[in-house]
Amino acid sequence: MLNWSNFAAQLFNGLATGALLALISVGLTIIYGTLGVLNLAHGALFMLGGYAGFVAFQATHSFLLALLAGAGFVMLAGLLIEWVVVRHFYARPAEDQILVTFGIGIVLVELVRAAFGSLAQTMPPPAWAAGVTSLGFLIYPTYRLLVMGIVAASLLALYLVLYRTRIGMVVRAGIEDAGMVSILGIDVQRVFLLVFGIGAMAAGFAGVVNAPIVSIMPDVGDNILVECFVVVVIGGVGSFPGAVAGGLIAGEIMSLTAMFDPSYSAVMLFAAMTLVLALRPQGLFGVAGRE
Amino acid sequence: MRLASSDVRRRILPELALALVLLLAPLIAPWVGFTADLLSRILVWGLFGIGFDILFGYTGLLSFGQAAVFGVGGFITAYLLTNGLIDSVLVALLLGTLAAAAAGVLIGLLALRRTGIYFAMITLAFAEMFFFIENSPLAAFTGGENGLPGVASPRFALGGFVLDIRSGWSMYGFLAVCFFLGYVLARRIVASSVGRVLIAIRDNPLRARALGHAIGAYKLAAFTIAAAYAGLAGGLLGVMQGYMPPEAFTFDTSGQLVMQTVIGGAGSLIGPLVGAAIWLWLRDVLQNTLGLGPAWKLVLGLVFVLLVTFLRRGVVGGVQLAWHRLRPPPEPVAAAVVDASPRAEVVELHAPVRHPLRENGPALEVTGLSKRYGGLLANSDIAFTVERGELRGVIGPNGAGKSTFFKMLTGEVAPSAGQILFNGQDITGHGVTDVCQRGLSKSYQINQLFGRLTVRQNLEIAVLAERRGRFRLDLWRPAARVPGAAARVEQVLALVDLAARADLPVSVLAYGEKRRLEIGLALATAPSMLLLDEPLAGMSPQERVETVKLLRQIGRDRTLVVVEHDMDAMFELAGRITVLCEGRVLAEGTPAEIQQSRAVQEAYLGGVHAA
Repeated sequence: MLNWSNFAAQLFNGLATGALLALISVGLTIIYGTLGVLNLAHGALFMLGGYAGFVAFQATHSFLLALLAGAGFVMLAGLLIEWVVVRHFYARPAEDQILVTFGIGIVLVELVRAAFGSLAQTMPPPAWAAGVTSLGFLIYPTYRLLVMGIVAASLLALYLVLYRTRIGMVVRAGIEDAGMVSILGIDVQRVFLLVFGIGAMAAGFAGVVNAPIVSIMPDVGDNILVECFVVVVIGGVGSFPGAVAGGLIAGEIMSLTAMFDPSYSAVMLFAAMTLVLALRPQGLFGVAGRE
Repeated sequence: MRLASSDVRRRILPELALALVLLLAPLIAPWVGFTADLLSRILVWGLFGIGFDILFGYTGLLSFGQAAVFGVGGFITAYLLTNGLIDSVLVALLLGTLAAAAAGVLIGLLALRRTGIYFAMITLAFAEMFFFIENSPLAAFTGGENGLPGVASPRFALGGFVLDIRSGWSMYGFLAVCFFLGYVLARRIVASSVGRVLIAIRDNPLRARALGHAIGAYKLAAFTIAAAYAGLAGGLLGVMQGYMPPEAFTFDTSGQLVMQTVIGGAGSLIGPLVGAAIWLWLRDVLQNTLGLGPAWKLVLGLVFVLLVTFLRRGVVGGVQLAWHRLRPPPEPVAAAVVDASPRAEVVELHAPVRHPLRENGPALEVTGLSKRYGGLLANSDIAFTVERGELRGVIGPNGAGKSTFFKMLTGEVAPSAGQILFNGQDITGHGVTDVCQRGLSKSYQINQLFGRLTVRQNLEIAVLAERRGRFRLDLWRPAARVPGAAARVEQVLALVDLAARADLPVSVLAYGEKRRLEIGLALATAPSMLLLDEPLAGMSPQERVETVKLLRQIGRDRTLVVVEHDMDAMFELAGRITVLCEGRVLAEGTPAEIQQSRAVQEAYLGGVHAA
């Protein structure tokens, strides 16, 4: 059924999905860009955020506290993972890094499964954002509008931290050449720790925001991880604007395809990735020659 | 050359051991909790893993998308059998395998455009794409979420005797034969020249390419082989269960394969089978016997993280390590190998040359060569001619553009403008593999060796490129049987004086020895023209003397161009010297002329800016 309100609704759905994907992918991409590590535990961190938020919400019935708890808890988890495991893999081949983060992801998922079981848990949207809002041309769930706002604000905050502060400058310098930053007398190890924490936090935060839209399950992060890969391949690995653009593109592709036939939405997403790979292997915002 | 029978026995020892284990397994298995069904599953995963090990353990390509080709093979086989299109199970399995290999070529063409993390991500994404396609658009053929039930089991009619394979031990026997054949085949592939090149790609892809191997084609071959194995395993899964489950296509399948291979030990071919046995047995034991329920995967996840962190080569690697610690290889063996080298033949230490340069005209003719990196002009309008048989020196202060110049000559970097004629043929922008195959090769300023291989194996990689060309799929011929290869390796070993160290891993060599091997690698491609980028860098005075002698010897048979900072060595060696400065040719002449040139003195002492 192609009509205008349907089209607008799908466009907005794509924006909401895409914004969330963008936020998670930004976390993935800044970790890769700075540390050179592809974090396969990223989907599990997203899932962990959902559960941390869920637990906090059960205890406090406050959405904002759940948001803070989810982001904070996953950031701590990220710091711990970097400190205990990932740190020892910087000097090892990329394949080893991929393997160990993959293993960490499985351990996280199975820990949560052991604690909460495999059944889906639900977390309602905050009372003040329940229901629908009329935008004049479209009646749309209020919470999804809120999601767009929250994600836009957090992306902006991340952008400001990374591009407008001194610590952000060090991080970006670390992306260019971590060895050089270290020679300049800056403790790169601490920067790496911080970046891993921030990247994890982005995933955890998104996990809480996502929880009221779809129910949470231990393997909710698996699909997200794959979608994030598509996003960063489209946008260019290690690129902040690439992750944002890639996320929005991916969101729109999935949602607009779903308008015609939902079973094709994932297929179209991968087809888009294939197209980018064939025409511009380094991604839309990627720099050629950088792996 | 005759082979002692003990040699043959040692060579096929793994095959014999495997046959024994497969034969004895049904007798021992029930005592340790393995059922026929469990063993059958282990064999299917093990076969799936052999292909993956060739891709990951040998070639170094970590794919997270093997489920795609596993599923393709499985569903094509199952579809053919359940729809009555094919009666013979073996034919259906063969068609499924071929279909998976074809899918592998398609995925490989796209995924292999990138390496490392990109490769892992892209293969994973493709596997998901295949899963979604199988699950909905193609649901009419694949049964969608229901899978395909009613897959026939094999029946063999041998004369009047009919062998009907149902579940249980007959199925185990059928799968054991399949696995054994798959293993023998894989051992053969790994021992072939192709197998050697794959290992070289894993260790140092850039050098493998620079030595004249078309590494893209070899990677695609490895990917396709892995896909064929996966397809066969997928087909066997359906045949074994009588049902093809859609889960075969999921990320879990790819992930489980990766984990089993790493747990068992990558790079051993048998590792995936060991990993599968550990994985599936532990799952049964933890889940059922100990009543841990879903927590079994948590235990396996932790084991996996610990293995990756502390025992990267898995259980098989750990056993090998322990074995070598307990039984250090006896010294005489190494000495005997050295004695076996045909000394008499290498007394005349001539380095090989494959395409002699033409009689008339210069060996190398470069005109108007420029390279621009953004705003930086690294090389500007360089004209450079080297005559046949010359030993040319290239000097210049740091940052003069010498390395960029060399990289353009060998095709590692494409020039922004200009033309390079080698032996009268235009090689501008041809790429380093092609240039090396034409007989122009380079030794690097910073050693580019195959770090996990021995000295002999390093040289073998280079020799194989010269003997076999850019790409050749001689999977059945052992690398050792490539005509002339062994003799060529010995020749170069003697020439760079490493014969006594031939069977040591490169990592234990002294710096000076590594440096000589670096030159030896370039030399083993039998170039008619050799570029040497700072061959004396970092050497002790004694080593310098030795190496200068070596260079002079090499120069007797071929044209040499040497970049070097050691002026004394340069003035002693070179017939003519070209001076580069700020990306341009500053001067050219005999050593005496260069020594007296005011422009050169200024460039080195005062800088041209002051002049």
